[in-house]
Amino acid sequence: MLRAARDVISRRGAGLASIWRYILAGLGLAALLVGILTVVYLTAPHSAPGPDTSRSKKTASGLFVASFEPERGVIRQGELQSWLLTLKTSAGAPVEGAAITVSGGMPQHNHGLPTSPQATDYMGAGRYRIDGVKFTMSGWWQLRFAISAAAGSDSVVFNILL
Amino acid sequence: MKRLLRLASLSALVALALLGGCDEPEFSDAEKNTIASLALNTLPALKADTTNQYADVPAAAALGSTLFFDVGMSRGGTVSCSTCHKIDRQFQDDLPRAVGVGHTNRRTMPLAGVARDPWFFWDGRRDSLWAQALTPLENPLEQAGNRAAFAHYIKERFGERYERIFGPLPDLSTVPANASPLGTEAEKAAWNAMPARQAEDVNRVFANIGKAIAAFERSIEPGQTRFDRFAIDLATGTKPQGDAAFSPEEILGLKLFIGKANCVTCHNGPRFTDNSFHNTGVPPVKDLPPDRGRVDAVAQVQADPFNCFGKFRDGDESACRELRFMVKDGQQLVRAYKTPSLRGAATRAPYMHAGQFSTLDEVVAHYSKAAPSVEGVSEIHPLELSDRERAALVAFLKTLSE
Ligand SMILES: [Cu+2]
Repeated sequence: MLRAARDVISRRGAGLASIWRYILAGLGLAALLVGILTVVYLTAPHSAPGPDTSRSKKTASGLFVASFEPERGVIRQGELQSWLLTLKTSAGAPVEGAAITVSGGMPQHNHGLPTSPQATDYMGAGRYRIDGVKFTMSGWWQLRFAISAAAGSDSVVFNILL
Repeated sequence: MKRLLRLASLSALVALALLGGCDEPEFSDAEKNTIASLALNTLPALKADTTNQYADVPAAAALGSTLFFDVGMSRGGTVSCSTCHKIDRQFQDDLPRAVGVGHTNRRTMPLAGVARDPWFFWDGRRDSLWAQALTPLENPLEQAGNRAAFAHYIKERFGERYERIFGPLPDLSTVPANASPLGTEAEKAAWNAMPARQAEDVNRVFANIGKAIAAFERSIEPGQTRFDRFAIDLATGTKPQGDAAFSPEEILGLKLFIGKANCVTCHNGPRFTDNSFHNTGVPPVKDLPPDRGRVDAVAQVQADPFNCFGKFRDGDESACRELRFMVKDGQQLVRAYKTPSLRGAATRAPYMHAGQFSTLDEVVAHYSKAAPSVEGVSEIHPLELSDRERAALVAFLKTLSE
């Protein structure tokens, strides 16, 4: 390709007769470019417009801001793990004494969660340990939290892609 | 001038070749990652079982091995664990449903890698390998014994070996010859007449029998197959040689397994199982009593005095998270059965929890068709696989047995 470009440059001004050759060369280069782009497109991971996978969001009615993170930072498929659900008011104050229930499943697989995770400990600063979380397969998982606190009841759904 | 023309047409040719995929690699990077995750070399070391302090004690495993093969461990002295779990047959029996003292309703499971399971039996009605081992001993259709008789038998035949591992045997002189909370009416009555202290003594000997058998079973692990040799070569970029090379049909089968056929969704990891329970619409066997799978097992494992929350567990309760966070109800448990490992499956027909299918072709045809479940909701969808694709999947599955 570089050589073709050099040729094109060195032969600049060779006359009108050679203009068709430039066009042909240009077509060839264009075809090559299209080919490369196609290969790049075909081999690139297809990021179909998937679910929102943010780990921090407002609850459904906007009562709280919830964040959900694996306690040890990484998700290990097939292992029972604990996660941390952090609840703040929209003003940023930690939500204490919340009652939390967990449900969920895989929307595309006709099944719920393989375990029943529970809020087992309050860790202070609005953080709740959600223990017994297990993802047994790759794909799109959903975890739904129903939250009841002094400010009222609300819910939030987190999407996790494995 | 001609050079330029040649260059241009060459460029066009290269572009066409790229478009046409002449140079396409056999597997994408995503496929390679999935294949690597299935290879046996990713199987982690066996974790300690803190609920069984004898799990890795060699003398316990040796006693467990003796008991595993001992037909004396049954009513009438004709059935041992190895009657159904045959050592030369992947520790299974090639029958649609196990036959012990009587005829059972479930297929014998093979034992390779069993110590890695979080749940035992097809429906997960036990939560540890040692609690599992106790169940057939008292099942009237399997070994049909009773725990009082087992305690007397151990004292008489293996007293010294037992005491070297587990400490002194209790005084059994006033324990009835036959007694169990799960036995015949007479055995139940005899059990209920025993003082609580004595019942606990017998239960402890019984639990230790399970712990010894479990210690032995921990040594039964899956072996390397043609698939693993192929997968390791693929991961290291080596061209597979000899039997590690896959035929085009086996490669197609593998691609389907991890792709369009969705098998790897549940049959994942180096053991080809997600260790979970699924309703896949497998039909019931005519004339057998109703079998609802996991939904009935949940109550059974909770009621088992030898479960992780019970007093016979060693170590602390932190080992009991599977039981603690178990799903206890819901539609998804109805006719849900454990995902079996596929290692060695091709050479151990028949298939499914009650031997419903006699060949892998029938199994693959079932998953391709995905008929609805008789009860509950099947999780699988029709795949519309061609004859060629179904045959390719079977060809691939065979590489897990060679
Ligand atoms: Cu799923």
